[in-house]
Amino acid sequence: MFESPLPRSYTKFVGNWLLASGENARGLLAFALITLGVLVTRFGQAAAVIHPLIVAQVARAGIRMLPMVSFLAAALGFVVIGQTVALLTRVGAQHLVGTVMVTAVVRELGPLVTALVVLLRVGTASVVELGTARAMGEVEALEALGVDPVHYLVVPRVCGMAIAVFTLSAYLILGTLAAGYLFAFLQDVPLTPAEYFRQIALALTWQDFVLLALKTLLFGLIIAVVTCYSGLARPLRLAEVSAATTRALVWSLVACVFLDSVFIVVYLLM
Amino acid sequence: MEPTLPDRRAIPNGAAHLAGSAPGQRAQPLIELRSASVCSAEQPNQVVVQGLNWTIEEHQFWVVGGLPGSGKTPLLETAAGLWRPRAGTHLMFGQDVAEMSSGDLDRARRRVGLVFGDGGRLFGELTVLRNVALPLCYHRECGEHAVAAQVAALLADTGLSLLADYYPSQLGRGWRQRTALARALALGPELLFLDNPLAGLDPRQRRWWMEFLTQLAWTGLGTERRRMTVVVAADDLRPWLGMARQFALIQERRWVPLGTRADLERCTEPLLRELLAEAVDSG
Repeated sequence: MFESPLPRSYTKFVGNWLLASGENARGLLAFALITLGVLVTRFGQAAAVIHPLIVAQVARAGIRMLPMVSFLAAALGFVVIGQTVALLTRVGAQHLVGTVMVTAVVRELGPLVTALVVLLRVGTASVVELGTARAMGEVEALEALGVDPVHYLVVPRVCGMAIAVFTLSAYLILGTLAAGYLFAFLQDVPLTPAEYFRQIALALTWQDFVLLALKTLLFGLIIAVVTCYSGLARPLRLAEVSAATTRALVWSLVACVFLDSVFIVVYLLM
Repeated sequence: MEPTLPDRRAIPNGAAHLAGSAPGQRAQPLIELRSASVCSAEQPNQVVVQGLNWTIEEHQFWVVGGLPGSGKTPLLETAAGLWRPRAGTHLMFGQDVAEMSSGDLDRARRRVGLVFGDGGRLFGELTVLRNVALPLCYHRECGEHAVAAQVAALLADTGLSLLADYYPSQLGRGWRQRTALARALALGPELLFLDNPLAGLDPRQRRWWMEFLTQLAWTGLGTERRRMTVVVAADDLRPWLGMARQFALIQERRWVPLGTRADLERCTEPLLRELLAEAVDSG
């Protein structure tokens, strides 16, 4: 007999969900601390093996994503920024262009869109790889050889995704600002490039650069830790890998949006 | 390069053989499990072997038999230090695993080679050469070129030289199993655990394995000729009768030490009689 997928008691369902969420959050935090510990204490160890893996992850999560990010930068510039510039010009508020650009692109859209792209293209693939490796017993094989699985499998991904989200965000922001001006130019908006970029430069503060770096690095760390945790932290069967991938996607998304809201508060306090 | 089979008459007999130890001096056991309960890796609450008292001494050749699913794999993995026993004491090279730091445990694991069953659990994204080179490069903190000679020697010993650039998915089961053997031997372990190494192999591959393990256990490999302690888990004891010196069974979660080849003849365990019927009758 198959049981109904619907819960019989919603209070029990919510209670169980809360307990499971708390347990997952605890596990994730513990995994993140272990990863951080290994990253700090073992970064220089086995450099001949680990550093090429980090480079490979940077290439995979960063360089190979450039065409996709270029396309998104063009789309964002044309659809969102171009429209905003055109609208502001129409209502005579061209002097706010820089502020709007910095708020919308530099602070919010750039980091968040990049994080989503890396999560969808690389994070999910990581869960599948690590989950399959776990299900096939490769993690135990590493341990049997005295190779720390966190050092070998997690640290390169954490470094790779953090660096990739940071650099891709910078690339996306520059591309979006350029594409936005191109669209505004095509709409005959009376705004010179010098004026456009002068307004953006004036609207930027040094805190924007610091917070952008911090935010993008943290996005990368969150995506890497959550996806690695979902694939590795508990014994999996092959049939469970797809469910683990979906779970990792949701958790990463929620964690990134939560972190983004924390940064919004910081920006508002600035 | 095919290894040469040593003269069987030269193989010492008896469980008490402890080559390398001084006369009258008993060598320290490599592995000891006392009153231990072993759990399944997939279900950590399920005990698969209990009341286990097992001592593995230097230069012994153990074969642990049992039906498929009887708990041989978790037993080997626990003895190799991958899992902790649910109850009892586990000593590796004289040190209690429960009291070891993670660094000490890593060092102890490196003195033990483990050849997993069912294809050897190779790293699918690495070639045969890199699978074998990985533990060397990781622990010696060097690049592949620095260990190239040693890796080439291991590949030659295991007949894998021509397959060095293949990925595990491109190889048959027998070659994957050999790659796992070469990888396990890379760090020069003192003790080698093998989980059902002959399962699913063709007669030629089986013959190679028997000859290679005979050489490993009784004459040693390479120029050093350092003999290795070998523990094999097997569904079928018959191929090992002429080779192993210590036998045990896992039956209904019980650890049943059987003694030497001579003791097998006198043993009345129904499962053993069943497993050996053909071999003992014909032998």
